[in-house]
Amino acid sequence: MSETKTHIEDVKRAFYDFRFEENDAYRVRSGLTPEIIKEISAEKKDPDWMRDFRLKSLEIFERTPMPDWGPSIEGLDMDNIVTYVRPNAERMNTRWEDVPDDIKDTFERLGIPQAERTSLAGVGAQYDSELVYHNVRKEVAAMGVVYTDIESALHGEYADMIRERFMHLVPPTDHKFAALHGAVWSGGSFVYVPPGISVEIPLQSYFRLNAPGAGQFEHTLIIVDEGADLHFIEGCSAPKYNVANLHAGCVELYVGKNAKLRYSTIENWSKNMYNLNTKRARVEEGGKIEWISGSFGSHVSYLYPMSVLKGAGARSEFTGVTFAGAGQNLDTGCKVVHGAPDTTSYVNTRSISKDGGISTFRSAIVVEPKAVNSRSSVSCQSLMVDDISRSDTIPAMDIRTAKADIGHEARIGRISDDAVFYLMSRGLSEDEARALIVSGFADNVSKELPLEYAVEMNNLIRIEMKGAIG
Amino acid sequence: MAADMLTVKDLRVSVEDSEILHGVDISIGPGETHVLMGPNGAGKSTLGNALMGNPQYTVTGGEVRFHGEDLLEKSVNERAASGLFMSFQNPIEIPGISLENFMRSAIEQRSGTKLRLWDFRKQVRATLDTLQMEHSYAERDLNVGFSGGEKKKAEILQLLLLKPSLAILDETDSGLDVDAVKTVSRGIKEFQKDQEASLLVITHNAAILDALHVDKVHVLVNGRIVKEGGAELIKEIEENGFSAFEEAIA
Repeated sequence: MSETKTHIEDVKRAFYDFRFEENDAYRVRSGLTPEIIKEISAEKKDPDWMRDFRLKSLEIFERTPMPDWGPSIEGLDMDNIVTYVRPNAERMNTRWEDVPDDIKDTFERLGIPQAERTSLAGVGAQYDSELVYHNVRKEVAAMGVVYTDIESALHGEYADMIRERFMHLVPPTDHKFAALHGAVWSGGSFVYVPPGISVEIPLQSYFRLNAPGAGQFEHTLIIVDEGADLHFIEGCSAPKYNVANLHAGCVELYVGKNAKLRYSTIENWSKNMYNLNTKRARVEEGGKIEWISGSFGSHVSYLYPMSVLKGAGARSEFTGVTFAGAGQNLDTGCKVVHGAPDTTSYVNTRSISKDGGISTFRSAIVVEPKAVNSRSSVSCQSLMVDDISRSDTIPAMDIRTAKADIGHEARIGRISDDAVFYLMSRGLSEDEARALIVSGFADNVSKELPLEYAVEMNNLIRIEMKGAIG
Repeated sequence: MAADMLTVKDLRVSVEDSEILHGVDISIGPGETHVLMGPNGAGKSTLGNALMGNPQYTVTGGEVRFHGEDLLEKSVNERAASGLFMSFQNPIEIPGISLENFMRSAIEQRSGTKLRLWDFRKQVRATLDTLQMEHSYAERDLNVGFSGGEKKKAEILQLLLLKPSLAILDETDSGLDVDAVKTVSRGIKEFQKDQEASLLVITHNAAILDALHVDKVHVLVNGRIVKEGGAELIKEIEENGFSAFEEAIA
């Protein structure tokens, strides 16, 4: 009576899985040595301090053990990860026509230029290790908003601003993959929004990993100055190859006094990807960070965006949905450090597991002694679509003051047979009924997104649930 | 009499290995309204659920034909598509899906054609008016936070929008106050306006039947139909309860 269930990861990702023959201009040997790091650094024309920073990060990488507390990453052979692949294009085109055809075609298929035309203030597109396209609307640039790639910014008027902040929130000593990132980072975005400027429409960057067995290590550094306001959207995808790919990006967000930043991500990496990404925000007095996070792809994810509420009255909101299907082990969550009085954090997540997928929600709330009158509310709900899938919740709380208001709520459930029967009795097929229940379950997250992303997220859920596109 | 729409023959149904219905026969023709009455635990809801295809109810014997086809071999949604509807005794809350969007996708999936959004919305609003429900209910999540009475009204709303040929109303009147019973029965009368539409009203309470035209009454006790008759049976049960029937089979 029910339709045959298919497995999306093998056959139905066609839309994302198209790929082009590799045609790289330059590629370093597999594995990591100081020589390779120097090669990368020279190729990228790093300032001296950056080359030294890379070499120091490599040392830290070598002496730091692999994480042993989360999903297994044994399938990741570091010696075989080609860390740096530069596509055969001059970096940083600002005219879409100048982007090489195969790369352009990739992004056309993903709808990047269309999205820019319709609803975005600026777009950056990264293909493998380099940003290949970057454009900001004139009126946004005229307000003094800077949106460029980090490499160019390292040599321009914002060089000092970057040097003072680059990997200060996420130091290479943070964990092994932060150190790796420090050594081999390439590409990514630099955004600066001057004081008092409100960017009405979102900026977007899109990352695409095309080469097999490669790593992507983009660095995103965003500074939203006092009283300014920005929405930044990040999208990621990669076609499927049989060789494991690694993504170890780093996102550092500086939210100034009374400033506001919304950072949205829809991540749909291919299902052989190890997504070991580190994201962190520091929020000054009266400022606010909003994280919106959708995790659908990858084989293994470690992803816990962290907010450091440094100034009095700073706020953090985290809204996330994670969908783990067959062969996926997605360990996601968030961390908040309340480091000042009157700070608030609000965490609301949904995780879905299906076909043997494992989804783990991990949260850590730290309230320092000086963070009196702080409030935190964590709510996480998990839905297991069948009996072979798994869902765990691992909340941690470290509260160092009695004057704080902390709440935590976790619920783990399954799709009830009664609910499926109810919807089917109105004429929906079993698959439709289940998809409807799941997308309804994730609704509070998708409705936070701009419309076209909400649609994309609902589509992803339906694709994952039904294994059929159109 | 025209050919029957629904024919139930010697239906036996079990729940968790214990037999609840021990061979039930019922025939309902087009445009007829039948009432199934009986004390608590008689198996009334079991009959409704078995006809709709609730997987918790196992049919162990008998035959059911609906519009000439074997109903029991169809999946739940195929039964719905063939014109069967059941109003639930305890409607399920589904977060994140609005009542209106749900109805739209259900109708579109059954008919295979796209509805015109504006026309559909007008129809939903008119139906809400009939049931004295605020228009905002259309946008609220399906049954979430609805009171018992609102849930029952929302079931009737779905009945009127889906326009089945046979509707089973499972204890739709239970837990409703007098005014709500009136509103719900107005909705049911609206459904009866369709000359071909049939009803099987499951209840143990006669109040909801006052305003309805009833063709036939079946009395179910301990999993068996023990008495059948016209609308006059309702009055008899109202006055004497079910004890006479229970004694008869004891």
